[in-house]
Amino acid sequence: MKAVCWQGKKKVSVERVPDPRILNPRDAIVRVTSTAICGSDLHLYNGFNPAMMRGDILGHEFMGEVVEVGSGIRDLRVGDRVIVPFAIACGNCLNCQESLFSLCENSNPNAWMAEKLWGYSSCGMFGYSHLTGGYAGGQAEYVRVPFADVGAFRVENGLSDDQVLFLTDIFPTGYMAAENCDIKAGQTIAVWGAGPVGLFSIKSAFLLGAERVIAIDRFPERLRLAREAGAETLNYEECDIREGLDYLTAGRGPDACIDAVGLEAHGDSIQYAYDRAKQALSMETDRPIALREAILCCRNGGIVSVPGVYAGFLDKIPFGSVMNRSLAIRTGQTHVHRYVQPLLKHIEDGDIDPSFLITHHLSLDDAAAGYDIFSNKQDGCVKVVMHPN
Amino acid sequence: MALQEAVLEPGVRDFDIQPHRPRRGTVAENDSMNRALGWFSVGLGLTQLVAPRELARFIGIPDQPFLLRFLGMREISSGIGILTKKEPSNWLWSRVAGDVMDLALLGIALKSDESNRNKVLMAAAGVAGVTALDWMASRQSSEASGRILGLKTRDGMIAGRTAMTINRDRAELYRFWRDLENLPRFMNQIQSVHRRDERISRWVAKGPAGVRLEWDAETVDDRPGERISWRSLPGSRVENRGAVEFEDAPGGEGTEVRLRMEYRPPAGVAGALVAKLIGQEPEQQMREDLRRFKRLMETGEIPTTDGQPSGRSMMRRDRKYER
Repeated sequence: MKAVCWQGKKKVSVERVPDPRILNPRDAIVRVTSTAICGSDLHLYNGFNPAMMRGDILGHEFMGEVVEVGSGIRDLRVGDRVIVPFAIACGNCLNCQESLFSLCENSNPNAWMAEKLWGYSSCGMFGYSHLTGGYAGGQAEYVRVPFADVGAFRVENGLSDDQVLFLTDIFPTGYMAAENCDIKAGQTIAVWGAGPVGLFSIKSAFLLGAERVIAIDRFPERLRLAREAGAETLNYEECDIREGLDYLTAGRGPDACIDAVGLEAHGDSIQYAYDRAKQALSMETDRPIALREAILCCRNGGIVSVPGVYAGFLDKIPFGSVMNRSLAIRTGQTHVHRYVQPLLKHIEDGDIDPSFLITHHLSLDDAAAGYDIFSNKQDGCVKVVMHPN
Repeated sequence: MALQEAVLEPGVRDFDIQPHRPRRGTVAENDSMNRALGWFSVGLGLTQLVAPRELARFIGIPDQPFLLRFLGMREISSGIGILTKKEPSNWLWSRVAGDVMDLALLGIALKSDESNRNKVLMAAAGVAGVTALDWMASRQSSEASGRILGLKTRDGMIAGRTAMTINRDRAELYRFWRDLENLPRFMNQIQSVHRRDERISRWVAKGPAGVRLEWDAETVDDRPGERISWRSLPGSRVENRGAVEFEDAPGGEGTEVRLRMEYRPPAGVAGALVAKLIGQEPEQQMREDLRRFKRLMETGEIPTTDGQPSGRSMMRRDRKYER
């Protein structure tokens, strides 16, 4: 089959590789019909994850048709149309039973590696480095889905791939970020990053009762999409964000701040140069520019919600601000399985059509170009969806 | 014998499993020896840093201030480590490694025409004397702490312990483990276990470099739902012992499983150190065994990626094309 393989920093290629096969009783094989490039794939693309190996198959946002099931699968049939969460969860461990699916204790075969870096391991994930299991990803013609009885959700109705594909990651991720803000009616939420996750955070914040959402970015097309979603916008290249948010919230700060940017934040300040230099010298793994700002801007007693991906060690986090102002930090990889059904209902009911942010449909063969334009935000790129055939 | 009982008696749960007593010399004697070596390190290091030329002349080698200053930094860090760490064995071993490096460098210097042979030989004799002291101090310190470069040992045996909470009930976990023939399903080094009778079983393991190891073991303690312990029969090729305990987790959330094992490494502690260097840390292997047990019991399978596709096989061919 054809698959998108990581070949090193800023290099991906479509290769012919062997077809996946069933390895465990609870596996299924899915023929991929749609697969997206996620903002977090760019962290791999840009070489920020040392646990990638040349030849790893990328992709954790995908859906398709079941073509084979293992002997332990009961409720899934060949021909079923399914979406597959990026997080791999067994459904049996204590964390899965408490709906903390991204903390599944059993799905990461390389848990020892994550334990060395993080203390304990998160779940296994598709196409997201050997730190989270080294599972072959879904930017391919076929993909093996472990624990498919828990991790493959049938989508039977007439919704298109474009409408349900993002249930695999970014819609639940944006939703969980907003949910983590404990939004009460009338509140103001600020969102750093109006990319796919930020945009879903904005929509979700409104679904959950926020009165105002203020989005922060620098790309006109993203700021436009944020405004269309109902947010007010600030361009950080044109104004000072702390000053702007303070003014817009009349000296109080947003009730909750969402960092939908993560470890590759950009900025135009001296901070950015400082973090770039430290990263280059391997003295810091992540650039927490958005996180620092989100903390400092947040209202006293407010919540800083972090769906943005961080990998390792961050520097100069204003923790004094967190402590002295009673801020709460909420974060985590998304417990996708928890959100699939309720969010599918929102889509079915017409509350939201997730396809609004797709700017590019490409053939899987053009993956290298897709990564390039998405990474460089060229051609107004917000979201790339690829199709194997 | 007392040590053997320590494993086989209840108490896998106790965190402090290693009642270390230095067997040669008292703590104070070891301490003063270590302290002297520590200060010696710092003193020599400072000399190398401050007066590399004078020192080079003294030991009769060509003037190499950069190399000597580097060696001085090494000496000082070993010295500080020995003087400040409660458990200095790693730093003492670093001195032994440093001594070997110094002897090698002196050996090279001996071949150089620019060196003063007699002075170099004198210096080498001095270093050899210090090496002997360092070796003794390192061994004593490792014996006292039961750690050799991070390997936990007791009485020449590798010792390890690990624990995990498993979301299944105690009786079920006990039953699965009690059927010793199940162990190879999650213990990677164990190839098979065959029961001879209620008490004795025959174990076959994959040793270092694929060597087949076999021994008979007896079940010592067997308390249904609580504890199983075993040990190899006297005269076994791989002397080993272990115990596993099952306890209800707080709040009724599954079972806490604690595992402790000790074995005499087939290639000695040195062999085990080599194995550790290539990534086969015994305690980590135990932890992975217990993790596989948890996964098998909770999910019915052991998650893996072994056998999945990647672009690597292709690339190897590409590289061939490139040439």
